Amino acid sequence: MSVFDGLKFRRVSSPIHNLDPRIKFLYVCSIFVIAIIFWELLPLIALFLVQIPLVLLARVQREWIRSLRGAAFLAAIIFSTNVFFRFLYAGYMLTVQDIEYASAMTLRFVVLIESFSIFFLTTSPDHLGLALEQSHIPYEFCFAFTTAVRFVPVLAEEAQTIMDAQKARGLELEKGNFLKRIRNYIPILIPLIISAIRRSLELAEAMESRAWGAIEKRTNLYVLKIMRTDFLLILISIIILIVGVYIRFYVALPSFSDFLSFLKDVYP
Amino acid sequence: MIEVSDVCFTYPTGVDALKGISLTIKEGEFIAIMGQNGAGKTTLIKHFNGLLKPTKGDILVDGTNTRDVSIAKLARKVGFVFQNPDNQLFCETVEEEVAFALKNFGFKETTLKKRVTWALNLLGLTEYRKTSPFMLSGGERKRVALASVLAWNPKFLVMDEPTIGQDHEQKEKLRQFIVQLNTQGKTVVVVTHDVEFVAECTPRVILMADGKIVADGVGEKVLSNIERLTEASIVPPQVTQIFMGLTDFGLPTDVIDLYEAREILLKKLSEK
Repeated sequence: MSVFDGLKFRRVSSPIHNLDPRIKFLYVCSIFVIAIIFWELLPLIALFLVQIPLVLLARVQREWIRSLRGAAFLAAIIFSTNVFFRFLYAGYMLTVQDIEYASAMTLRFVVLIESFSIFFLTTSPDHLGLALEQSHIPYEFCFAFTTAVRFVPVLAEEAQTIMDAQKARGLELEKGNFLKRIRNYIPILIPLIISAIRRSLELAEAMESRAWGAIEKRTNLYVLKIMRTDFLLILISIIILIVGVYIRFYVALPSFSDFLSFLKDVYP
Repeated sequence: MIEVSDVCFTYPTGVDALKGISLTIKEGEFIAIMGQNGAGKTTLIKHFNGLLKPTKGDILVDGTNTRDVSIAKLARKVGFVFQNPDNQLFCETVEEEVAFALKNFGFKETTLKKRVTWALNLLGLTEYRKTSPFMLSGGERKRVALASVLAWNPKFLVMDEPTIGQDHEQKEKLRQFIVQLNTQGKTVVVVTHDVEFVAECTPRVILMADGKIVADGVGEKVLSNIERLTEASIVPPQVTQIFMGLTDFGLPTDVIDLYEAREILLKKLSEK
């Protein structure tokens, strides 16, 4: 469950936490776009490094590193499949470019995880719901969304307890061939699903008893307002977008190995 | 015998749940572990069958370190009944539910059938043999969970909050049942908040607070030690409270059993 750990929000106050979630989402989107339009290693490294100050500013580095570690397995798969197919495609040989390409694809994935992790680590589910609501999305959908986010850690914990309970009855998850291993998870999935259904029914009753949907138009205790720091992040996102698009279309990018040899020439 | 020596446990989240626990559980003992929420009771008993491994220190079950063997191997010896039966029930019938663990442990078909019948009979569930466990009431589901553990006859029986959500009659049945198991020689460890339940069982009581053991001894002594009880956020049993208020009449303060209290009072009254 370590991947989820990287998405768990903890309530602390920092300049990043206090930003408007809508603006943070805009920022994540612009990182996303730039990461997708580049397939060279150099700009992706820059994109990776550019985000680290935000992590430090939000003081979530521990959780952030944990989420990257959680993504390491998938990153390894992306890297090895890329290397493997390049190897087949080029007729059983590998060049530095191939390795660079595979690293770039992996780093692209890591950059996406990085920005998503920053977003989720610094945005409370309540704020997220509020942002959705103020974007004129019907309240039912906002509520369903925030509830789903809210219950992910609860379900993860419950899954752990159920696993413990079945292990205590001699269930060995890692035993048997591939099919048997999948079947091993039935004793965990059934109680988990049943309790999730039960919980949702209880939640519905609790909501009804607290006058869910009593009036058409709800008011909110807190209202999101765009502040001066928010404009700063808008500016940063736009700059990243413009610079990225400009470089994509008008600048010829050196490969990473060329760049290294260039550095060697300048600083011998 | 379960030997716990100087065990510390820290959860991955950084919470120190156990801070240096040492204790020995001998065969045939009946132990109640009590303490406030978050004292580390459940964390401690999850170490007995290897679900958690100590961050520091060692746990030996009959001489084997829990680090060296699989949970399944340990579970054969240490039966663990979870607090919430809904965390484990998944089969179509009660019978299959009870047989699940036996299949995991590789029991033979004939022994398996015998064991299931025995366990269902023991807990008065025979009539529900072919019923879906999800159709049963809360108390009955709890009994199914208990039956599914007792079926493989583990040497040690560990129960987490067995009395929660049970009415008085069920609780009394459970108490008699546990006492009976214990007199037949089974080692029983119970984690509970229910001080009256413990008082009536009169086991060895271990009090925990903040990841440490604050008291360990016979029930009469521990449950009448106000200082230690306060530390573990536990109120003494009602009989003990009454007796503590009547010390002027020369009544002892370490009485927890109702029957014993009655005898003492009758004796006092006849003296007058």
